[in-house]
Amino acid sequence: MGTYLFYFLIYPGFLFAAVVGAFLSWFDRKITARVQFRKGPPVLQPFYDFFKLLLVKETILPARGSKGVFLTAPVMAVFGATMAGVFILLPLLGITSGFRGDLIVIFYLLTIPSLTYVLGALASGNPLAAVGGSREMKLIMSYEFTFLLVMAGIIIKSDQSIDLYRIIQMQQEGAPFIGSASGVILFIVALFCLQAKLALVPFDMPEAETEISDGIFIEYSGTPYAMIKLSKYMLLFILPAFVIAILLNGVRLQGIGILWALLKLVAVVLLLTLIRNTNPRVKIRQAIRFFFVWMNLLAVIAIALAYFGL
Amino acid sequence: MDFKTFCFKKSLWLFHFGGASCNNCDIEILDCLTPRYDVERFGMVLVGSVRHADVLLVNGSINKKDKPRLLEIYEQAPKPVLVVAIGACGCTGGIFAEGDTFAGPVDQIIPVDAYIPGCPPKPEAILAGIVKLLGKN
Repeated sequence: MGTYLFYFLIYPGFLFAAVVGAFLSWFDRKITARVQFRKGPPVLQPFYDFFKLLLVKETILPARGSKGVFLTAPVMAVFGATMAGVFILLPLLGITSGFRGDLIVIFYLLTIPSLTYVLGALASGNPLAAVGGSREMKLIMSYEFTFLLVMAGIIIKSDQSIDLYRIIQMQQEGAPFIGSASGVILFIVALFCLQAKLALVPFDMPEAETEISDGIFIEYSGTPYAMIKLSKYMLLFILPAFVIAILLNGVRLQGIGILWALLKLVAVVLLLTLIRNTNPRVKIRQAIRFFFVWMNLLAVIAIALAYFGL
Repeated sequence: MDFKTFCFKKSLWLFHFGGASCNNCDIEILDCLTPRYDVERFGMVLVGSVRHADVLLVNGSINKKDKPRLLEIYEQAPKPVLVVAIGACGCTGGIFAEGDTFAGPVDQIIPVDAYIPGCPPKPEAILAGIVKLLGKN
């Protein structure tokens, strides 16, 4: 019992994911600033933002709208991110949970934060939040199927295993999955799914700041917004960690392996940040077409290649 | 300085309210976010929703149509919120001070924490105003 609580609340779970995620969020902002020839924020900026929202700012509730759902949604988002983080990070850090079907559970847990954002946005009763919520719903529907196809490709590549620990073990004994043609295609598709899941720029139409004023988060202030920021930080860590686990060989936490683990994490986040900085925001229709037609096609090709062992 | 004030001062999010402005101050405010001046060094970002704002940047003369809107925006912002009046029109009314539609400078409508005069103020002047705002209390 004590060990499980430690897993959930401190080491691979809540606290660890939040702190690493906050530093990655700083890295993302710093790289963005450097790309635009700016200096960028100080290292502890995400912590200042979080504690300011949590401790200093007033929480305003919407006059019309469901206050209970509005306040519960951010807590559920943090809960979903924590649970997904524990299920991803335990096998990644070499602690087997002894659970044989965790890939499927991770897939469901990773949708919880996006779904709760939609719930919170619709509960706020703001028309712009409703626009953002409906866009987020369409975005979820378009990328989830592609994400499922990526997982199907991974399952075929790992001899029908749906155990994340086993998948990482297989890659560490043999070659990493990205070292094959199907692996490269799956990595590209997974990267775009991550971009949409994190709502980074080509797919940031749910919160489009310049267009619908932060959309789904428009009514949030104070502590609930701090919770949303926290879940965003955690997702920025656990989603790249998930891609590292399923495609990039996992990590080995001894000697030079720690450096490799850090490099892989930073490289994946760097790729996401560079995509974010070199693309304009697309319309929701274009995003749906992008995932339904092109990314699904690529994923199906990768699955066919993986079926023939390429 | 205790922990709360420290975090607040390190992460001021800006919300831009333009009154009946001639757009000169708007452009100078945007200049502060560009690579040359870059206020994100101090943790400041421009936010889209007033619910996330810590600082209201008000510029332009406030006429009779702007006044209720400015009041509503101020009430919608979560407290504590700082107000900065930018430009001659924001501080005093400037050349519009005696006009028929003028509804008073910003500080007669909402409490103002810092004044940055100029027509328009240079980005350096806006940065100096921000530094003074951070040094306050």
